[in-house]
Amino acid sequence: MYKYNDFDAAFLAERNAQFRAQVERRIDGSLTEDEFKPLRLMNGLYLQLHAYMLRVAIPYGTLNSAQMRQLALLAEKWDKGYGHFTTRQNIQYNWPKLRDVPDMLDALAKVGLHAIQTSGNTVRNVTSDHFAAAAKEELEDPRPYAELIRQWSTDHPEFQFLGRKFKIAVTGAEQDRAVTRAHDIGLRMVEKDGENGFEVIVGGGLGRTPMIGKVLREFLPKEDLLPYLEAVLSVYNLLGRRDNKYKARIKITVQENGIDKIRELVEARFIERRAEFNGADRALLAEIKTHFTPPALRSGDTAPYTSAYDSDPVFRAWADTNLAEHRKADHAIVTISIKAHGATPGDATAEQMRVMADLAEQYGYDELRISHEQNVILPHVLKSDLPAIHARLKAAGLATANIGLISDIIACPGMDYCALATARSIPVAQDIATRFEELKLEHDIGHLQIKISGCINACGHHHVGHIGILGLDRAGVENYQITLGGDATETAAIGTRTGPGFAYDEIVPAIERLIEAYLQLRSGEEETFIEAYRRLGMEPFKTALYPEARKKVA
Amino acid sequence: MPRPFSPKIITANDLLEGDVIYFTADGAWSRDLAQAELITDEAEAQLRLLEAERDALSVVGIYLTDAKDGPNGPEPVHFREDFRRTGPSNYAHGKQEAKLEATAHV
Ligand code: HEM
Ligand code: SF4
Repeated sequence: MYKYNDFDAAFLAERNAQFRAQVERRIDGSLTEDEFKPLRLMNGLYLQLHAYMLRVAIPYGTLNSAQMRQLALLAEKWDKGYGHFTTRQNIQYNWPKLRDVPDMLDALAKVGLHAIQTSGNTVRNVTSDHFAAAAKEELEDPRPYAELIRQWSTDHPEFQFLGRKFKIAVTGAEQDRAVTRAHDIGLRMVEKDGENGFEVIVGGGLGRTPMIGKVLREFLPKEDLLPYLEAVLSVYNLLGRRDNKYKARIKITVQENGIDKIRELVEARFIERRAEFNGADRALLAEIKTHFTPPALRSGDTAPYTSAYDSDPVFRAWADTNLAEHRKADHAIVTISIKAHGATPGDATAEQMRVMADLAEQYGYDELRISHEQNVILPHVLKSDLPAIHARLKAAGLATANIGLISDIIACPGMDYCALATARSIPVAQDIATRFEELKLEHDIGHLQIKISGCINACGHHHVGHIGILGLDRAGVENYQITLGGDATETAAIGTRTGPGFAYDEIVPAIERLIEAYLQLRSGEEETFIEAYRRLGMEPFKTALYPEARKKVA
Repeated sequence: MPRPFSPKIITANDLLEGDVIYFTADGAWSRDLAQAELITDEAEAQLRLLEAERDALSVVGIYLTDAKDGPNGPEPVHFREDFRRTGPSNYAHGKQEAKLEATAHV
């Protein structure tokens, strides 16, 4: 795993000392809020509805146990005993006090964590596949490239004041778990003539103008990554609109100029940039790669796993939903659900963080991952250790068997915390999960992704949910719009609106009607919700959602 | 015809704690919406806002928002302000927590 070198450590210490001084100057009145706000945002500090919020980056979602324990310490010492894992592989603390934030940042720096570039018009935390280096069909670990991008973009003078925030995601597998098509730049590793390179996707994004990214370059040799990214960013810096914040993201630049023109400009700029690179980036990548050497995986008899699987139905249910295939047959990838029915999606207590850190240390080669789906992953676990792990998780309230199911919901903080929200999202997620748990239908329904945002900014990815829910303010009342058919994977699609929205107390019954319709309409148990939707289209689901309207027309 | 002026309060967040505060009739800040001054005149509202903004060094994001008169003082009109005076709905944190503690101590 990547360890900060002396330069990084010194840089972090300096940044933190600067911010400490800025906080002091804000408190003693020498800085106004207008002066201070951009400074605090650069350090991940927001002011939300009820309190400050500190957003800490977890680069490409990878953590070791010491880092997880430090996150627990922050939650306990300076927050209300919990942290919130987000869709951008960050963790957010909802209740810090201004005076404490410099101490929190220093505590994070001790384990090489920070909040830099989690905000502002910069290249944000680079996200990646949470199964990186563990998934079976992966071409290559994408994280060294994510780290290379992180180092190159951090404090890069040309890209500190972009037209708007810039989000990059990297994956090394065919199966897209990093939503690369909904990022400003998505990098997908592909193979050509025995060589690995990147398919470069540009102009994806959610927010008020959701778009699926377009392929800018089908195959980019790996060693050309940085000059090519520089070319894209520099073309964007030049062409991107700065007159209107809502038209400033690269997706609009691509839409307004056309992908062909962008490609032409990028390719021309790329030739120039490549000539300026002297190979230092390749040396850096080679160095970074040494930090990502895979752990020496143990070997073990899988019999203890098989016997627990056969004898313990609770373990079996968990294994069926929460395990994924590992590249080594006697290992598994464990997804720990941070979505207990009725709890806040993505919230983990300090105690739970410590349990996960302990498990990673004891059984998981000291590695943890945070997924954009707001869950925590133990990427490498010997199958024979699974029964013991499951028992520990159960004791900590972390053994919910619902990964990929209806209660594994992504929800943004919404009106419960976020100052930009137009409606709540967390309680909608809690109520849906609770309702389907009562109905005991979850496993019967099968794979289904519900994603909820509390405003048009779409932090909860609702556009790419099989069922998306968007909370709005309609004449001073919360109102929820439903979209169907969104897809966050390699077959990415933006969902389609069903029609008029639903009031707060109508949204859960509406979802229930949708699910009832699906259960009746599906061709068989193996046809998932999204497959049924693709086969049948919107109409039958609309009928289920709006029975009254249908009657009137008839 | 101009629309009739809807009554307002002035609210913000505290610089150090980050929590929600309200401007009172005597020019101080309270953590309790019921203590806020309900301003019923438009010109007066602008004037009071300027006065409140003198505290801009210790108070963040000062704004006017609709409120209505209630038996115990001003009450929110919009649900956003209702959440701000209460706290999040997923945990009993924020102002509701302080209230719970206060009642527990009586
Ligand atoms: C203080 C809280 C937050 C604020 C102020 C905020 C602000 C925003 C804004 C303004 C946008 C729209 C950007 C655009 O279209 O140009 C956005 C998009 C987004 N945010 Fe947030 N957000 C917050 C919390 C979160 C959280 C908690 C997450 C993760 C759960 C998140 C993840 C995202 C994602 C994934 C997008 C959409 C992808 C895209 O950039 O197009 N944000 N956010
Ligand atoms: S989608 Fe809206 S409500 Fe949700 S976190 Fe983003 S900005 Fe806030």
